[in-house]
Amino acid sequence: MTVTTQPTHRERPGEGLTVALFATCITDTMKPSIPKAVVQILERLGCRVEFPRKQTCCGQIMTNTGYFDEGLSTVKNYVDAFGGYDHVIAPSGSCVGSVRHQHEMLADRAGDAALAREASQTAAATRDLSEFLIDVLGVEDVGAWFPHKVTYHPTCHSARIAKVGDKPLRLLRAVGGIEVIDLPEAEQCCGFGGTFSLKNPDVSIAMASDKARNAFSTGAEYLVAGDHACLMNIGGVLHRGRTGVRTIHLAEILASTQEETR
Amino acid sequence: MTAKEAILNKIRGALADVQEADPEVDIPITWTYGTALPTEDIIEDFVIKVEDYGATVVRVPQSDLPVEISEAIRRLGTERLVVPEGIPEAWTEPLTDIDLCSDEGPLSHAELNAIDSVISTCAVAMADSGTIALDHSTGQGRRALTLLPDRHLCVVRADQIVSDVPEGINALKPALRHGLPVTWLSGGSATSDIELSRVEGVHGPRTLYVIVVE
Amino acid sequence: MTASDKTLTADKPRLTPKPGTWLGIPPFPEAVKTELQLSQQRKNLSHATHVIREKRVLRASEVENWEELRTAAEQIKDRVGRHLDKYLVQAEEAMTAAGVTVHWARDGEEANRIVSDIAKAKQIEEIVKIKSMVTQETDLNEHLEAEGIAAWETDLAELIVQLGHDLPSHILVPAIHRNRTEVRDIFTEEMGRYGAPAPEGLSNEPTELTNAARAHLREKFLRAKMAVSGGNFIVAETGTLVIVESEGNGRMCLTLPETLVSVVGIEKIVPTLDDLEVFLKLLPRSSTGERMNPYTSMWTGVRPGDGPQDLHVVLLDNGRSDVLADPVGRAALRCIRCSACLNICPVYERAGGHAYGSPYPGPIGAILNPQLRGLDSKVDQALPFASTLCGACNEVCPVKIPFTDILVHLRNKVVEHKTAKRPTIEQGLMKSTTWAMSSGSHLEKVHWGSRMAGRVFRERWLGPMPMPLASRWLQARDAEPPPSETFRAWWRTHREGK
Repeated sequence: MTVTTQPTHRERPGEGLTVALFATCITDTMKPSIPKAVVQILERLGCRVEFPRKQTCCGQIMTNTGYFDEGLSTVKNYVDAFGGYDHVIAPSGSCVGSVRHQHEMLADRAGDAALAREASQTAAATRDLSEFLIDVLGVEDVGAWFPHKVTYHPTCHSARIAKVGDKPLRLLRAVGGIEVIDLPEAEQCCGFGGTFSLKNPDVSIAMASDKARNAFSTGAEYLVAGDHACLMNIGGVLHRGRTGVRTIHLAEILASTQEETR
Repeated sequence: MTAKEAILNKIRGALADVQEADPEVDIPITWTYGTALPTEDIIEDFVIKVEDYGATVVRVPQSDLPVEISEAIRRLGTERLVVPEGIPEAWTEPLTDIDLCSDEGPLSHAELNAIDSVISTCAVAMADSGTIALDHSTGQGRRALTLLPDRHLCVVRADQIVSDVPEGINALKPALRHGLPVTWLSGGSATSDIELSRVEGVHGPRTLYVIVVE
Repeated sequence: MTASDKTLTADKPRLTPKPGTWLGIPPFPEAVKTELQLSQQRKNLSHATHVIREKRVLRASEVENWEELRTAAEQIKDRVGRHLDKYLVQAEEAMTAAGVTVHWARDGEEANRIVSDIAKAKQIEEIVKIKSMVTQETDLNEHLEAEGIAAWETDLAELIVQLGHDLPSHILVPAIHRNRTEVRDIFTEEMGRYGAPAPEGLSNEPTELTNAARAHLREKFLRAKMAVSGGNFIVAETGTLVIVESEGNGRMCLTLPETLVSVVGIEKIVPTLDDLEVFLKLLPRSSTGERMNPYTSMWTGVRPGDGPQDLHVVLLDNGRSDVLADPVGRAALRCIRCSACLNICPVYERAGGHAYGSPYPGPIGAILNPQLRGLDSKVDQALPFASTLCGACNEVCPVKIPFTDILVHLRNKVVEHKTAKRPTIEQGLMKSTTWAMSSGSHLEKVHWGSRMAGRVFRERWLGPMPMPLASRWLQARDAEPPPSETFRAWWRTHREGK
């Protein structure tokens, strides 16, 4: 792939850095355009991207449903896949949150001190894309171009577990041609909650409908978020309601460039 | 086994994982108690916060106090005023057309309920939260006196106002250690129980009128 | 609710309005189906929670060292919890020295019995009550009713619930599910049956409704010989009890009757008077979103000539020592019942309080009830799952209870409890997911299926479908089909050149 020169961002702050992409099981399987976008952004910024094929899942679907033994096996696999990398990048605040907040706990509870140590190391190296771009590479303007009206939903786990703060929004605001409209009640949960959406479908739908209504009320063409699971939930309602509002992952916007649009 | 023994035994069993016997060593508390809040003008802060609760506050020099009390009583529409033991006579002397009631009897609850207003001093006041604390000693009367009448006229000396709750608790510790009951008033009684919209005036005095004496 | 009472009260006329019952409320996922249909309740809840959220944020942001305060509160409560036996003994000694009769109750029944025995020894047939969560928990009112003693709730919202033959749905504002017009109708219909009637032509203005409550309750306050309260804090060093309130009904109950019985959970202790400064700054701002609640009462034993001359405190366990035994779950005992977690919770906002099947609803109910009552009932098994784990509660909690960690921990306990006897379908699903996720090569095998599906559906979105599990998702949402090429397949072709 050839890297095109960027109109606003000519430096390549990632030059010399090797990073591991944690695609996450959900986007690997269901939405490959998102990890592809991450690869595009990181390579554009000069990083060498690797994809350890052993990787699967952060395990939170098992852990958060109460299956700790099952969650533990994904911890082992995660450590195995990503151990030794200084930078593990995922396009998901939720999965990153689970890795950082739950992996060590699961190993501790299983009484596996060695695994707990390793899990805490890989967890410390694991970052959401927005954190890596701003905290490690020090860029807000990644040279993206997206001439559309968008509204941003800060997903709960990115905000409250991974604590990415306003980083995704800063990246979004620096995109060329974009118009970012505030989402009413942005910080309210969309109602996905993993298996919550199946165990408590009625409340989940009530919440997703309110979120979709708020997104529609902004007049935006796209609802942006940093977690595909939440986008599937809100997007499903937006699609059913024929609102015309589409969902898009932050990485997909950051990967778009003016050259591509032409 | 008594209930007490049973409960304490269960608790001790539940806390088998706690190794350190000294609570203060086990869990240190990283908080500095009794700290004053840096406030530019404590009295002004107190006035603003109390007014925010819908109460009336006036500031007067010591010499004008009896006149201001008369004015307050007129504005409150008081007919009968209960005067706790310890209120200076000079304060009530000008109130010639008001029925002044003493609690020496003491007054029954029914009698108190038929009195519309009460005057009292206070123990300490806290500016940041707009709180007046009574310790029900001299000048403040027993608790029922400042509860059953519908209007409460409270005289606060400027030097009784502290910046915030921590200093207030500090000031109240001797009274609490002596077994005095303490009542904190932050505005008049209020409720938000219907649709969370605030209504001022429920069972306690519906009107609080504060005179700050400087 | 009112219609069915009449048939049920055949043998003995009731002294107080017959309340609703928690029994028969199905587990959360089932219970919410009914609650979500109550459009008026949903409007009321949405309005009320939004109002209170904004107030809380405003008042918390005024305090510069808010985070330090929360940490201090967490530390104080942890200190108390981890040395509870010592502090309880210290508190009992201090209260006894101040002239309080201290009782201990293992469970709700024992506590209720203590209260009714005190009343009966004095031939008391009527009690006024300050809003208290703990006596909701022990169902004291119904125990007293059975003993021929009328218990009158005096907090405005509790009065609305009691007169409405209803159940509380919120820790702070038990009638939060009612709007002004419903309150007017309840007062007009019911007040006259139990005391001073509502004035003719009562409007639905909150001020008028509040005045009606004042008039209705005043005669009860003046004639009451005994009051029952809970307690927000007991100071171990001095034996001081603290109650925070707004309306003055608390002061009435704490001041006018000759006898006062305070039923207090054993976790309500704070070590010293100094510690009150932390909680009295945090609680009102977190709870009602005020700088300070209108009234706070503190009393240390009997004060001759002032207030009740016969004071009792009942220290209640009722499952708290079981909560304490769980090093992860015990953080729930830090709770000071402010209700900030309910007010911020998007699930509570839509489901309402009744769906939680307990006087403790919302996030705190979801972590407290299963710990206090155990995991044997389906209601309690469902509660840890009644959350999206969004974590909004973690952030507003003034004592920093890690709600989502405890929820996940309790989910694990529920799973262990349920699968202990026989394997479950869910467990099977989780095990196969785990197999798929245990290595990259396994996941690739699953991807074969998803890619096939992708080829079948192409890019056509999926609509409603009568398939188990999938239908729960698809009843209101469409779904994008899986792609015909996964990311790892793309990577293999484009980066590994295979």
